[in-house]
Amino acid sequence: MEKMSRVTTALSSNAISGRTMFCHLDAPANAISVCRDATQVVVAGRNIFKIYALEEEQFVEKLNLRVGRKPSLNFSCADVMWHQMEENLLATAATNGAVVTWNLGKPSRNKQEQLFTEHKRTVNKVCFHPTEVYMLLSGSQDGFMKCFDLRKKESVSTFSVIQISRNTPLFSYIPDDLFHTLFLGQSESVRDVQFSMKDYFTFAASFENGNVQLWDIRRPDRYERMFTAHTGPVFCCDWHPDDRGWLATGGRDKMVKVWDMTTNRAKEIYCVQTIASVARVKWRPERKYHLATCSMMVDHNIYVWDIRRPFIPFATFEEHKDVTTGIVWRHQHDPHFLLSGSKDSTLYQHMFKDATRPVDKANPEGLCFGLFGDLAFAAKESLISSDISRKPYPGGDRRYPIFFFKKPDPTEQFAHVSSALSVFETDLDSNRMDWFVKTAQLYLLSGKPFAELCDHNAKVAKELKRPQVSTTWTMLRIMFSDPANLTAPGTNHNLSKLGTLPLMNSFNMKEMGTGMGTESRLERSKGESRQDNIHLEPGNLHISNNNEENEETEGSEGQAEYMFGDAELDDDDLYSMEHDNQTEEQEYTLPQEAFQLRHEIVDNPSAPEHLQQDKADSPHVSGNEAEVTCLTPIESFSLISISQPLFSPHLPASFFCPIVREMLSYYAEQGDVQMAISVLIVLGDRIRKEIDDLTQEHWYMSYIDLLQRFELWNVSNEVIKLSTCSAITCLNQTSTTLHINCSNCKRPMSNKGWICDRCHQCASVCAVCHHVVKGLFVWCQGCSHGGHLEHIMNWLKSSPHCPAGCGHLCEYT
Amino acid sequence: MKALVSRGSVDAVFQQMASHPQYLESFLRAQHYILHMDGPLPLPYRHYIAIMAAARHHCHYLVYLHSAHFLRVGGDPLWLQGLEAAPPRLRLLAHINKVLAHQPWLTACSHIQTLLKSGEQCWSLAELVQAVVILAHCHALCSFVYGCDADSDFVPRTKTPNGTPPTFCPFDAANGNTNVPQSLATPSEHKTRRRVTKPLNCIFFAITTHQSHVLTRPFLFLDMEEEEEIICFADPSGFITDPDFCYEEFARSEEDHFQVFRVQDYSWEDHGFSLVNRLYSDIGHLLDDRFRSVSTLPSLHSSDLKRAIWNYIHCVLGIRYDDYDYGEVNQLLERDLKLYIKAVACFPDATKTPVCPLSWALLKTSERIHVNLLIMEARLQAELLYALRAITQYMIA
Repeated sequence: MEKMSRVTTALSSNAISGRTMFCHLDAPANAISVCRDATQVVVAGRNIFKIYALEEEQFVEKLNLRVGRKPSLNFSCADVMWHQMEENLLATAATNGAVVTWNLGKPSRNKQEQLFTEHKRTVNKVCFHPTEVYMLLSGSQDGFMKCFDLRKKESVSTFSVIQISRNTPLFSYIPDDLFHTLFLGQSESVRDVQFSMKDYFTFAASFENGNVQLWDIRRPDRYERMFTAHTGPVFCCDWHPDDRGWLATGGRDKMVKVWDMTTNRAKEIYCVQTIASVARVKWRPERKYHLATCSMMVDHNIYVWDIRRPFIPFATFEEHKDVTTGIVWRHQHDPHFLLSGSKDSTLYQHMFKDATRPVDKANPEGLCFGLFGDLAFAAKESLISSDISRKPYPGGDRRYPIFFFKKPDPTEQFAHVSSALSVFETDLDSNRMDWFVKTAQLYLLSGKPFAELCDHNAKVAKELKRPQVSTTWTMLRIMFSDPANLTAPGTNHNLSKLGTLPLMNSFNMKEMGTGMGTESRLERSKGESRQDNIHLEPGNLHISNNNEENEETEGSEGQAEYMFGDAELDDDDLYSMEHDNQTEEQEYTLPQEAFQLRHEIVDNPSAPEHLQQDKADSPHVSGNEAEVTCLTPIESFSLISISQPLFSPHLPASFFCPIVREMLSYYAEQGDVQMAISVLIVLGDRIRKEIDDLTQEHWYMSYIDLLQRFELWNVSNEVIKLSTCSAITCLNQTSTTLHINCSNCKRPMSNKGWICDRCHQCASVCAVCHHVVKGLFVWCQGCSHGGHLEHIMNWLKSSPHCPAGCGHLCEYT
Repeated sequence: MKALVSRGSVDAVFQQMASHPQYLESFLRAQHYILHMDGPLPLPYRHYIAIMAAARHHCHYLVYLHSAHFLRVGGDPLWLQGLEAAPPRLRLLAHINKVLAHQPWLTACSHIQTLLKSGEQCWSLAELVQAVVILAHCHALCSFVYGCDADSDFVPRTKTPNGTPPTFCPFDAANGNTNVPQSLATPSEHKTRRRVTKPLNCIFFAITTHQSHVLTRPFLFLDMEEEEEIICFADPSGFITDPDFCYEEFARSEEDHFQVFRVQDYSWEDHGFSLVNRLYSDIGHLLDDRFRSVSTLPSLHSSDLKRAIWNYIHCVLGIRYDDYDYGEVNQLLERDLKLYIKAVACFPDATKTPVCPLSWALLKTSERIHVNLLIMEARLQAELLYALRAITQYMIA
């Protein structure tokens, strides 16, 4: 360590060392520059102008160049540069337009050497010639670049953005002042000037209007070459330290571009898109493809890019809290140290090894859905084990498509990730949305009593093999039907297929009918069934009615029974049991509990008697065992007689609302917004208030959107019509205006009424009845006569000729 | 465009601007974008904000114009009764409106923070930027309207409180809609006005448009037919809070409290543009276009004079250029011209008439308008710089 630091102080160029460190400045920095041997750095800003020594562990303030009680604006620096040949020489660009040089070798406190006040506006940039000691270039807001010979008091040449030759006869008589006013006052500001590293006479200048110019220092009359590099100002440019033809530019348009200047026309060879306007760009020493950038606004980080990888920074330094204003590589042959100054009044030395590598955090997996449901998935090859079942892609070996194959470049330091791309083809059947379309078409949302709607929809769902949805519908009917209405002429439909829900069955005894495919389950329940002596005729309306009666009577009686029953505790138990079941029902499981329940109920001494009596009383119950499914009712019956009384008197429909709300959210979350909306509409006021309007609106919008994608216009319109959200109902009133032209004179029909303003004729008259057609108008494409749809239909049934009498043989298909 | 202007079919203010057609084009494009095109704020909000901004300077003309627009885009007529009737979100803007209009240097990070503070009525950053752009635009336009008022050949109807509101969208003309009949030259012929006085500080006008000529329709009332359009015009004072707040000298003694704004540290080109464009896409280019075109207008004024005017306005608003010798202002601008510029830039109050400088009479109309345009744009930029700097500070903090 000791040795190392000695080496450092011994100014050996290859052995600088240090660590990531920072120091607080007193004021925001505008620019920094480093001396040739990389031991000192100068920081300049509006209120700061200091030199710091770079020590092993810290920055040490060496010199404050800002002297005097009330420093003049000459000290307010926009830019600073340390001469790379002469270690005592610095130049600053002042915001008031002065260009100042400083000689550190001066014995006095004020190190100011020369002051050039030739620029009228802020000087944005100063630049020493890399090899010529006395040559200094400046670029200013006033549109001029001036070249100074430091041995003289004035600039030696002036380069102007606008090229108007004073020798043109037209301009020759104009006095100098006026000429400047007329043409140069509106010239474009110079944002950056940079001497070429390799070509002795060349320098590049970038401008506020997006142009970059190349100049020969010996020819101030016109530029060698000009091209538009960016839209908007080009804030910075930098010559490649090794490759003479490369120039990097950065602009307000958030781009960094690398230009090849060796060809006739400047050619853009690389382009990096950053996230904010680019304030500075600096090539990284010893790394051909790397450059560092910082931004002028919003983004405070410093990025180092590999220009061949323009999408993700190679390294990031995230230390600054405000925009970074100056970046410089500490030594021109050492790529590991980066210095930066910022508006947050700090000066940093960044070690490259401490940089964040965004590529490590980047997600190397990609996932994308294809148009027809195919799924493409790319992941690191190491992650995807050699899966034998993969079949080669029809398009050849897709693991190495020819155009992705890239020879690994040893200079490129990006970790090479080779990914395997898998394409999963969808099983067409499993992913088809047929069910959605069919459901949408077949569901009934209104126009019938509530219970019927539920039954219908449950049936639809069942036929589409969606048992869960079907069950939900049935449950809803049970929950929300008024007990008095339970008998609503139930369409015979069968739930028992979902034998997992015995309780449900028990409620729906009137529906039991044609239980297909339930036999096995029934067989089982048969064995357990205790009351098998009573059979119902399935699908019998009488029975339904009868059941209703039964239920009602049971309702009252049952309650009474319990009231008088000796076991009040039992009663409670039953209640809690019912509750449990109720919630579990939501999850569609558990036959066991339900059976257990039944047993418990049955164990209640009073219940069976009661039941039996009831059943015996009901006149329509038949002993006919002919039906295969007749056993279901029995079991159900036994249940309903008990559970019904437990429920209906005590649990109003609103009791279920929270559960139903949860269920709707569940469906919506699952992506089945169709179910959520259908239930919402069918339940109507029963549930609407439970769900906040925004959610409802969101569901409606999603569902309507889906319907429209499947071109189910009618259904979507019905849904819109049935919705209660004002935002939705107004949907089908948009763009409902129909502009018509008069059929006679072809002019637009201007306003209400069916008589054309212009020709005072009725528009669109029916050829049959000679009245105005105000609805569907059908016309023959051959003779263009037409009229009311019905009239034309009827007419053409009886006559093949056009009703208008034009003789055309119209056809109605 | 020119043809339209010569026929008098464009609003008087735009007529004035039309003596500089290149500028007018960029102005209209920017205004149209701000008020009618994509943006985070709903259309009625935009016009309401414009009303609030114009009310700050008692600019009846703009208040009427935007009230009409406000109703046309479906704004709630109740809001026009005053700020109390407007949603609280808009009321929150009153403070920044006040500050920006009169003492923009007071704009602080804390104002932005208050508006963006999360809560029921909070603004999003993008919305706020659009609101600020509308405010600054309208404040500056007030200056222009006020400056133009002094013109002897200016039609006084923009000043009188019961003047005919301009009822068409000038951008139609810019779109090349040349199908304009001669009869439009006197649009008031087609209207009869009935006056209904309301108890609130609101005056309602019912404007019945009898439009027998079909051709006028596409231009005047795009979709309103022979119906009565009731437009509510409110007294501007209803839209502002703290009406006594007005411009004060940006005194040097106060420099301790309010740091002088240095353009070299926060300029439109480097900083303002990037920020505003980031938060409200494309507006940066449109505003840039305005600033550029006003500074490159061909005119007899020397570029030094233009720069002196520009910098002088920024100076009275507390913005300084390091690279400018303010002695030049005194050399180039006579005292009465300075007074005029300051009055127009800082006290654009439509209830008064600006005192014209003596040399004014010698200038051509277009030159006078040019000065007014410079004032407008300089003021716009100054307000934007202050507001955007505050937003930047907020984003860093």
